[in-house]
Amino acid sequence: MNRGMKYIDDFRDPAAAKALAERIRRDAGDAPVRLMEVCGTHTVAIARGGIRPLLSGAVTMLSGPGCPVCVTPDGYIDAAIALGTERGVLLASFGDMLRVPGKSSSLEQEKGTGLEVRVVYSPLDAVALAAAAPGREVVFLGVGFETTAPAIGGAVRTAAERGVRNFSVLSSVRTIPEAMGVLAADPDVRIEGFLCPAHVSVVIGTDAYRPVARRYGIPCVVAGFEPLDILMGISMLLRQKKEGVARVENEYTRVATAAGNRKAQDLIRDVFVPCDTGWRGIGVIPGSGLRIADRYASFDAEKKFGAPVVFAPERSACRCGDVLKGKILPVDCPLFGKACVPEEPYGPCMVSSEGSCAAYFKYGSGIEV
Amino acid sequence: MNRTSRTDKILLSHGEGGKRTRDLIAKVIARHFDNPVLSPFFDAGLLGRIEGEIAFTTDGYVVTPPFFPGGDIGRLAVCGTVNDLAVCGAKAVAISCGLILEEGLPMDTLERALAAMRDAAKEAGVTIACGDTKVVERGKGDGIFITTAGVGVSVDGWRPAPSEIRPGDRILLTGTMGDHQVAVLIARKNLALEAPVPSDVAPLGGLLLPLLPRFAGKVRFMRDPTRGGVGVTLNEMASAANARFVLDEARLPVRESVRGVCEILGFDPLYLANEGKAALIVAGDAAEAIVAALREHPYGREAAIIGEVQEGGSGVRMRTLAGGVRAVDYPVGDQLPRIC
Repeated sequence: MNRGMKYIDDFRDPAAAKALAERIRRDAGDAPVRLMEVCGTHTVAIARGGIRPLLSGAVTMLSGPGCPVCVTPDGYIDAAIALGTERGVLLASFGDMLRVPGKSSSLEQEKGTGLEVRVVYSPLDAVALAAAAPGREVVFLGVGFETTAPAIGGAVRTAAERGVRNFSVLSSVRTIPEAMGVLAADPDVRIEGFLCPAHVSVVIGTDAYRPVARRYGIPCVVAGFEPLDILMGISMLLRQKKEGVARVENEYTRVATAAGNRKAQDLIRDVFVPCDTGWRGIGVIPGSGLRIADRYASFDAEKKFGAPVVFAPERSACRCGDVLKGKILPVDCPLFGKACVPEEPYGPCMVSSEGSCAAYFKYGSGIEV
Repeated sequence: MNRTSRTDKILLSHGEGGKRTRDLIAKVIARHFDNPVLSPFFDAGLLGRIEGEIAFTTDGYVVTPPFFPGGDIGRLAVCGTVNDLAVCGAKAVAISCGLILEEGLPMDTLERALAAMRDAAKEAGVTIACGDTKVVERGKGDGIFITTAGVGVSVDGWRPAPSEIRPGDRILLTGTMGDHQVAVLIARKNLALEAPVPSDVAPLGGLLLPLLPRFAGKVRFMRDPTRGGVGVTLNEMASAANARFVLDEARLPVRESVRGVCEILGFDPLYLANEGKAALIVAGDAAEAIVAALREHPYGREAAIIGEVQEGGSGVRMRTLAGGVRAVDYPVGDQLPRIC
């Protein structure tokens, strides 16, 4: 443990951070460079590290759609609630999902009036739950990106191997590069560089961003989640811009590789197949979802219960969609900090601990510090 | 030992007021809390004449599990109340002991908790002056709950004075953050760690009260950062003082093993509970000397200046390791209930 912590300290060194911040300021032009951190973990790390005000004027960090809770459409929540209330299934979910608003209610509110929801820390816990209650249908709310997909896939495989027939997954698993492509093509967003996720890249490999960099001419840098990783990643993006190139670079070399984790990729390919899926605030993105493959159809809750997730554009006043697309900052939403606060969130970006609105609210917007 | 009146478990009849109740009080509780004020025959502890200004506080303890590395519910029940008095500048004189026991609680568990209360009271120099015992049916409690109220005498002429806080004052912490909550977490989740994390639960009167006459007029305000941790406590202190506190992330004392647990589980040590620490706002010109004085005491060895009071609107900010500044706000929702 001791050596491990010292290792982490190396990525938080104040002197090195100061030098990097100065280099970023030197490399930035007159107008702030518009960069997007795709992943919610980056959003939180940037807010916690006070990095946004450190770079103000030189770089505008837009928060992307990489918070799984935030982009899950309300139709998914409604489908989950219906499975519980109408079919009497036992729902198993990651804790973050409980307060996400559906059309008219949330899992937390329904739990208060009798909906059975168990919070689990791993999809395998949900399989164990099902194995222990053979007379009961258990549906795991499978939400996440390429990082959680192998764990969910592993749970499906485990259930299949052990014959746990009363387990199924309501899948809302998504893939990151497809969403980046949509944002890169959006002229309103004007992204000049992508800070790509650390953990997702460990699974899919840094080569997965090459189509985005090549097709849209936008520099991509995979960066770790420590403050120095982030500053270094931003600096690398500015260097690419200065040189007029757009390629994929890897700052997170200590873990991420070009090819990624083949075993995890095989697991995903075995259990899931790509599908079109709706993202809250963004719309349907072709090929950006992962549904349960036909050979595991009996573990697909949508098929098992004939309860498809319906995607529909969401409520009007909430501007989570524009936040997720990087069109506005959380503070620009008229509900931010007023009708929408972490205790009583209106939109999903305020619900999730990784949501950009929650991070802005908790750690300050960087304007008033 | 008389087997007819002593059982190895708490029974409902131990709370019914009859012979079993009397035996429990006389043979178990009084044996541990042996002092002249606590009488099994009187309905109140007679404290006699007390000179000085009086402070009074109360608290309830429901921690699960009741025993954890570095402490237990008994030590916690005494220290929590003693510390609430201490940070208000009062030396604890007498405390009460209310026991709410669940039917079936092993007598041995009760005895261990009582022994811990006795030892902590002795260390703190406080008398357990009165008590009450109730038994609830199995399933209606969780083993053992303890409530304590405490009476203390204020250090002459000292009162908490948040309105005296001004820019240039320093923010002090008497030691590392989060030890108690992590100790309880580890005990609850059965986590195996290379380095053990004992709870910091300790009575703080001996650490804090001598500072008040010694640095007269220099200590403005003290609080013990229990539930919600240093982050919440400093927010409350800043609100009370209508002042801006700016912390230095690099100076926040955190044990290596606690940091490790926080990195793995995603906790922020700023919001983890402490049971043997105090946050102090002191005059800038006395801060170094007060830290040196704190460090002379076993419970203040790792005392540090963690920030300062600055001009500006009320709130808590932090200079981060990366060189930026961010807000330190109240957390939403408790990740771990029943830690004290």
